[in-house]
Amino acid sequence: MIHFVVHDENDSVGVVVVEGVKAGATLTGWIMDQDREITFKAANDIPIGHKLAIKALAKGDTVIKYGTDIGKVVAAIGVGEHAHVHNIKTKRW
Amino acid sequence: MDLSKATFWGFKRENGRIGVRNHVLILPVDDLSNAASLAVETAIKGTLAIPHPYGRLQFGADLDLHFRTLIGTGANPNVAAVVVICIEEQWAKKVADGIAATGKPVAYFGIEQHGDHDTIMRASKKAKEFVQWASELRREERPLKDLWISTKCGESDTTSGCGANPTVGNAFDKLYPLGNTLVFGETTELTGGEHLVAARCRTDEVRKKFQFMFDRYQAVVEAHKTSDLSDSQPTKGNIEGGLTTIEEKALGNIQKIGRECLIDGVLDKAEEPTGPGLWFMDSSSAAAEMVTLCAAAGFTVHFFPTGQGNVIGNPILPVIKLCANPRTVRTMSEHIDVDVSGLLRKEMSPDQAGDALLECMFRTANGRLTAAEALGHREFVLTRLYESA
Repeated sequence: MIHFVVHDENDSVGVVVVEGVKAGATLTGWIMDQDREITFKAANDIPIGHKLAIKALAKGDTVIKYGTDIGKVVAAIGVGEHAHVHNIKTKRW
Repeated sequence: MDLSKATFWGFKRENGRIGVRNHVLILPVDDLSNAASLAVETAIKGTLAIPHPYGRLQFGADLDLHFRTLIGTGANPNVAAVVVICIEEQWAKKVADGIAATGKPVAYFGIEQHGDHDTIMRASKKAKEFVQWASELRREERPLKDLWISTKCGESDTTSGCGANPTVGNAFDKLYPLGNTLVFGETTELTGGEHLVAARCRTDEVRKKFQFMFDRYQAVVEAHKTSDLSDSQPTKGNIEGGLTTIEEKALGNIQKIGRECLIDGVLDKAEEPTGPGLWFMDSSSAAAEMVTLCAAAGFTVHFFPTGQGNVIGNPILPVIKLCANPRTVRTMSEHIDVDVSGLLRKEMSPDQAGDALLECMFRTANGRLTAAEALGHREFVLTRLYESA
């Protein structure tokens, strides 16, 4: 069963595609572009559609999704942690 | 799906364009004419009034856009005939003349010196004539390339970028080589992915025009913003759905233009394309504004991917909704025409999802009502460029 998807193998985040993901759950991810599966442990409860980090990200790092820059890290994010507006901001506007 | 000999059944209009709906429109030119227009709609069954809040004391480019949008809406091949109503007869005539250039039946009425009662009576008599005439028009079989298809997504979330939007992209990649006329837009919602769109422009000239429109819109945001727009773009719904930044939203958004088709030209708001291919229209990213502009540019079917569940429709342009978010498909099923949530469970391939959307497109073009049509969604929203005089 797929719990989260990743667009590209170089991405730093994946998208949870099932409801009810709880901290501690083991999640199977599908890297869509390379059609390969990976496994991570959720560090937080993560709602459907929200992201988890699949790489450790430090403050100031660039977040990569679709193989492309989607913003900057404003608070460190550990592997498996919820990556969202509390720790990522736009670089534009 | 083999599309090489595919056909649909549509209404051939006087100018050769093919419509998939057969509306008799009651078109107010301004806010003051809404009441009379709605009264005509009530009196004559089978007509469709499209009230809106503008049309007085606009000037310059904003007024040009107002007229272009109204005339384009009336001229759209999904419309069989039009009754135009305006407080001032001269401007009613201006809009009617623009629509009449297509050859379709149009009549116009001014309210001044008549009042609502007399206007409603005169317009109703004409509307009755039009609706009875239109009811005898018959569909004919046409090649797929005669269909003009627009796309714009709304209430997007992260599932839009990995499911519903790539499904539109898959369908666009299949339609493009057949000579269909396609359009996308949402200028500020390309922010962060504009380089990818620029790289898809067919010629340097097209790329330059695209970049000019993109930069102009960025300057509007810079001039008026009071924050990083994180309260507006992404929207609260986008953020609830897991989107975090405008860049992430934009990269999901541009999945709609597929992987292969090239951008053949750029359009101003509500401007009609001059040939087949994929067009970029400089436009707002607000759903009803953008879809209204697509209808005014002559598009006849719309692909609308959603994540969190935007419920939009349009009075004359059938809006087909597709969704890959299993929660939205479950909680808002009455709004979703094509469920592609199987994509994210690996139960459906991108190719199968694209075909499911195309199958719905054919059924819609042949006359099946979309969810938005059945639910009565008729959002007609005019884009304003600045204050009235």
